[in-house]
Amino acid sequence: MTNEEIYQALDEVFQDEFDDETIHVEAGTTADDIEDWDSLAHIDLIMAIEDRFGMKFTMGEVTGMKDVGEMVGIIQERMQ
Amino acid sequence: MQADISFKELKKLAKGQQPELPAFKLSVLGDFSTQHFVTCLIGSARLARIDLDVFEADYDQIEMQIIDSHSELYAHCADAVLIAQCTEKLYQKFVRVPELERIGFAESATKEIVGRWEVLADRTNSSVIQLTFAYENDRVFGSYGLSEPSSFTFQLQKLNFLLSEAAAANKHVFLVDVNAVKGGFERSQFRDDRVFYIAKMPFSLNALPALASEVVQVIRALRGQVAKCVVLDLDNTLWGGVIGDDGLEGIQIGELGNGPAFAALQTWLKELRRRGILLAVCSKNDEKAAKEPFEKHADMALRLDDFVMFVANWDNKASNIKMIQETLNIGFDSMVFVDDNPFERHQVKTMIPSMVVPELPDDPAERLGFLQGLDLFETTSYSTADSARTEQYQVAAKRTATVTAYDSYEEYLDALEMRAEAAAFDEFHYPRIAQLTQRSNQFNLRTVRYTEDQVERVANSPDHVTRYYTLEDKFGDYGLISVVVMDKREGDVLFVSEWLMSCRVLKRTMEEFIINDLVRVARANGARTLVGEYIATPKNSMVADVYARMGFEEREDGFHLDVEAYSAKNTSVKRKESGK
Repeated sequence: MTNEEIYQALDEVFQDEFDDETIHVEAGTTADDIEDWDSLAHIDLIMAIEDRFGMKFTMGEVTGMKDVGEMVGIIQERMQ
Repeated sequence: MQADISFKELKKLAKGQQPELPAFKLSVLGDFSTQHFVTCLIGSARLARIDLDVFEADYDQIEMQIIDSHSELYAHCADAVLIAQCTEKLYQKFVRVPELERIGFAESATKEIVGRWEVLADRTNSSVIQLTFAYENDRVFGSYGLSEPSSFTFQLQKLNFLLSEAAAANKHVFLVDVNAVKGGFERSQFRDDRVFYIAKMPFSLNALPALASEVVQVIRALRGQVAKCVVLDLDNTLWGGVIGDDGLEGIQIGELGNGPAFAALQTWLKELRRRGILLAVCSKNDEKAAKEPFEKHADMALRLDDFVMFVANWDNKASNIKMIQETLNIGFDSMVFVDDNPFERHQVKTMIPSMVVPELPDDPAERLGFLQGLDLFETTSYSTADSARTEQYQVAAKRTATVTAYDSYEEYLDALEMRAEAAAFDEFHYPRIAQLTQRSNQFNLRTVRYTEDQVERVANSPDHVTRYYTLEDKFGDYGLISVVVMDKREGDVLFVSEWLMSCRVLKRTMEEFIINDLVRVARANGARTLVGEYIATPKNSMVADVYARMGFEEREDGFHLDVEAYSAKNTSVKRKESGK
């Protein structure tokens, strides 16, 4: 998958998760940028992303990722 | 019963308000993070057409909320309190117990849990729904743990068993079989370790819908939404093949072909019948041919007398089912239709949307597991009298057959030789009384549901007067068929806070007998007025005018009857003198 395709897919997941079609994520996007993105929503998001890309994050990655850019990096790694 | 639905879909369903649905107040106390579970409960309840009004306590506040009599829990006044404990928390407690004391762990954990049930029983009228503990073997002892009393494995099994025993003795408590749900999942689908370590949620989002569905089935049963009857197709449903074509020797039941799968289904249906669920046949067949296997085939578990009705003709099934429903006089929503043919299922589901129509798997081998997994037959009460229900319905059919022989209906009623008992609630009848309040929808003035312990409470209350009525006639015994609860009110008033009656005894002047009895009891209690109220529901329009017909006067605040001025109404029912 190309970077662009990953971000596009992520947009869909985020928009669905937060019920907001205006959301567009970039590498620098963090939880501070989206109002309802709390620790519970983070779990939902992670599971939805894992479902979408057919991969799994480790526990450390789930709690440790600082921004969407890091997330994308892991997704790319896993998908190879 | 819910189809496979995802957490995401339930989350969507749980959004917003649905005030048009009947409400059920639930309090949720958990020792794990319950937010997602509650979301699933709300969504799942909406699928069952119930609007849950939830108070969700903060994390790990079970003890606090129950002990503090001014807590939000008590303020919420819920219909049911859900206590959601997880095995993980239990394990954390277990490992802190010194080895020598571990053999007593299950007992002390049970004592703690039952203690809370008792506080809730003392302080509230709520039912308690308790999750049982998901089974885990920590493998510290391996399988040997099963026989080693100091192992967690041993104590965990013991705890679930002790909870079963305790729930049998505490009639306001209803357990949820978490392991029955867990058994449908691979471990990694039921539990997501990361989610537990990060967010203290011991269940995977994948498993929450199924768990929520199980709790909602219990809630439905508490609301009286119970399954009462299974309507069964015959060909390729109860046996392999078509009786009209394959004949007695060709149908598959027993060891032949797919036989074992059908035999297993029949055996299970027979168990349901024994429990008190009614079975009816609705088959497109020649009646004689359809009955042959039940009469002559040695391998059939079900026999003709297992069915309350046997309808075999060439009419469309929806019409036949409507006829069955009318005869049995139960709601369509308490009927389950089991048919292997998707066209038939679709026709019935379209014509009768409120009927339960499971989408059976194509492979007969998968059907029993599938039906069991739907958990369609949840209940909140059981008495051994239930197993006679099929016989009672069969006897009722005999009764209706003799009506035409009489010149007047009154003559017919007198000839039935009806005798009724009237008495205050007693312990022996508590289960049946509770059950009747949960199941009756049509002849039900205020639709108040009682669990067994609530029945006991009102029976022992000095502020209430209770009556139950049984009926028998020359054909047989109906058992306990009506329940009345009256509240003592100021001004020498007895307010009928509940009056319900089984639909099987309508139009027999039982209503007149009961009012005569209530007046007698009112006089004995020094009351001068009986007041009744009718609360309309979609199912009870038949009783909108019953008080008026019995001579009550309709006023703004209900129906009034002057007890002193009352003269007994004519009735064909005679008093059986064992009442008090």
